[in-house]
Amino acid sequence: MSWLFEHGVAFAIVLPLLMAAAVAMLPRSRYLAWTVALAVVTAVTIAAIAVLLTQADAGEIVYRMGGWEPPYGISLRIDAVNAPILLLIAAMALASFLYAEPAVAAEIAPERRGPFYAALLLCVAGLMGMVVTGDAFNVFVFLEVSSISTYTLVAMGANRDRRALSAAFNYLILGSIGATFFVIGVGFLYAETGTLNMEDMRTILAAMEGGSRVSQVAFGFIVVGLGLKLALFPLHTWLPGAYAYSPTVVTAFLASTATKAALYLLYRFCFTVFDPSFDYVAVVLGYVVTGLAVTGMIFASLQAFFQTDVRRTLAFSSVAQVGYMLLGIGILTTAGLAGSYLHLINHAVIKGGLFLALGAMWYRFGITRTADLAGISKTMPVTTAAFTVLAFSLIGVPFTAGFVSKVALAEAAAERGWWWAVGVIMITSILALFYMGRIMMVAYFSDPPASCRRADGTVERREAPALMLIPMVGLAAVSVLIGMRGNVVLTHVSETAAQVLIPGAGL
Amino acid sequence: MNGDPHVLLRVIAKFLIPLIALFAFYVQFHGEYGPGGGFQAGVILSASVILYSLIFGLNAAKRAFPPVLIRIGMSLGVLLYGGTGVLTWIQGGEFLNYSVLAHDAIHGQHWGIIAVELGVFATVTSVMLAIFYAFGSRQPSIEDQDW
Repeated sequence: MSWLFEHGVAFAIVLPLLMAAAVAMLPRSRYLAWTVALAVVTAVTIAAIAVLLTQADAGEIVYRMGGWEPPYGISLRIDAVNAPILLLIAAMALASFLYAEPAVAAEIAPERRGPFYAALLLCVAGLMGMVVTGDAFNVFVFLEVSSISTYTLVAMGANRDRRALSAAFNYLILGSIGATFFVIGVGFLYAETGTLNMEDMRTILAAMEGGSRVSQVAFGFIVVGLGLKLALFPLHTWLPGAYAYSPTVVTAFLASTATKAALYLLYRFCFTVFDPSFDYVAVVLGYVVTGLAVTGMIFASLQAFFQTDVRRTLAFSSVAQVGYMLLGIGILTTAGLAGSYLHLINHAVIKGGLFLALGAMWYRFGITRTADLAGISKTMPVTTAAFTVLAFSLIGVPFTAGFVSKVALAEAAAERGWWWAVGVIMITSILALFYMGRIMMVAYFSDPPASCRRADGTVERREAPALMLIPMVGLAAVSVLIGMRGNVVLTHVSETAAQVLIPGAGL
Repeated sequence: MNGDPHVLLRVIAKFLIPLIALFAFYVQFHGEYGPGGGFQAGVILSASVILYSLIFGLNAAKRAFPPVLIRIGMSLGVLLYGGTGVLTWIQGGEFLNYSVLAHDAIHGQHWGIIAVELGVFATVTSVMLAIFYAFGSRQPSIEDQDW
């Protein structure tokens, strides 16, 4: 047990990475690859909890890879910012993997199931690595590990819908451009500071008071590169296709973790490596990022309203929600950052659960268009109930997770005197009410089609299998718990994280 | 003249292929002291197989290096690399801290890097061949009615 506390950080990355290679070699079987992958993710979740406990005890953990001292060797660094996100990724992976068994059996050809789970495990390893590493170039390596496995995962949706191939190709091109921009930025930073260790970069840049134009260019490249990865508004065009056509379990996992890990990196680079006290950072975050975030919130919400496919509605809603998190960064105060961080966690839970519920509907009826959801509340009552709770949470109804974080963001904006931002949060929440409400209306107030009725006219219930219901009901329950009581814990977590990123109160 | 029109190519290739493979192993095992290592050696070894398939055909190459073997080789290399790290864990060190592998740190570092480079070698060779086979045995383009 003490071994896990000491080495848990490395264990959480190494285990899925190695087991991915092992799973790829497993013989073809319906349950074998899934069982192994699920066991791996469970172990990773336990390791993530151990890391969180150690971090809460020690404040900061530095794990020296290969025994080399930082800043010369690669180190993994855990503090109050990334420990909760590590656990979030592990927990969402666990939820998705539980759901995966029936979904993958329905969506992936038997000979591809082993490689599918291998790619999914690689993606988990890459995302965890991005979050825990303390080395800027290592971030790029893990970013590519997670991205490349994601491209293949998205393309595997081709069994269900051929459009997955073009979506994957689109994502491949844009994702590679994003990763290239990021690594160019890291290269400039290396030229300026002579180090790749993020803590070391922080001290050197602070001593140079922001550095020369080279570090300004580096900052620009890094923000654009990460912006592509986290679907910053005009750079989000890969996201709707990738979310809509990939296999359902991949959509749920990506929607709840991939953009979140990239957003975490944006926190890291904006507040740990660079500092908002450098005037170029403050300008970029306060004007460019905030401006794009607000535009994205409004436009993506409007676009979500006009989609006929629920998957695309939810995907555009994700772009809008990323806007909330970026607005929280742009406010440049500890309170704003805490709101952004809280919304990151809440949105991962909400959107992951929504996509799981939608995937279950596809699993039973092969439907994803809004009009086809007619009367789904009568044929799949539990799934629809979970979907409804999570949709309320997305809108921001009181006593749900979404409400807590939206209020936190609005309060932070008001404190800064940005009343227009409070207005934008209100307007986009109302838009969310419209686009989610439209789906609810069809689900609850239309009659199910004749094919779902028995001979005597009663509606036949065709609920999703238990392995799908458990994770989605669990996530719905978590989002209500956060809204009722858990916000005490989570607010503390997010405020501690924000304090680490912006010591003091910020502006 | 009758018979094989590619006889010159085939004779010369037959002479070159073993030399290329041998050079790959030289780069692999000398990589510790000079330029080289698992990545370069893997590329050189797979180049010899690619030359073989260019001259004698893809099917002959697939008989020599079956795709099943390649799929296993890709994973085994990663497992060998990572397994070295796991071994250092068991010996009580950090992940991939080779110093704990032997009675003293210098020997440990030697053994560790040899094991890791072998892993890289296996994976790189297999991946290069997998890419070549994937492109080489591409299906003819999809007809309109298949969509």
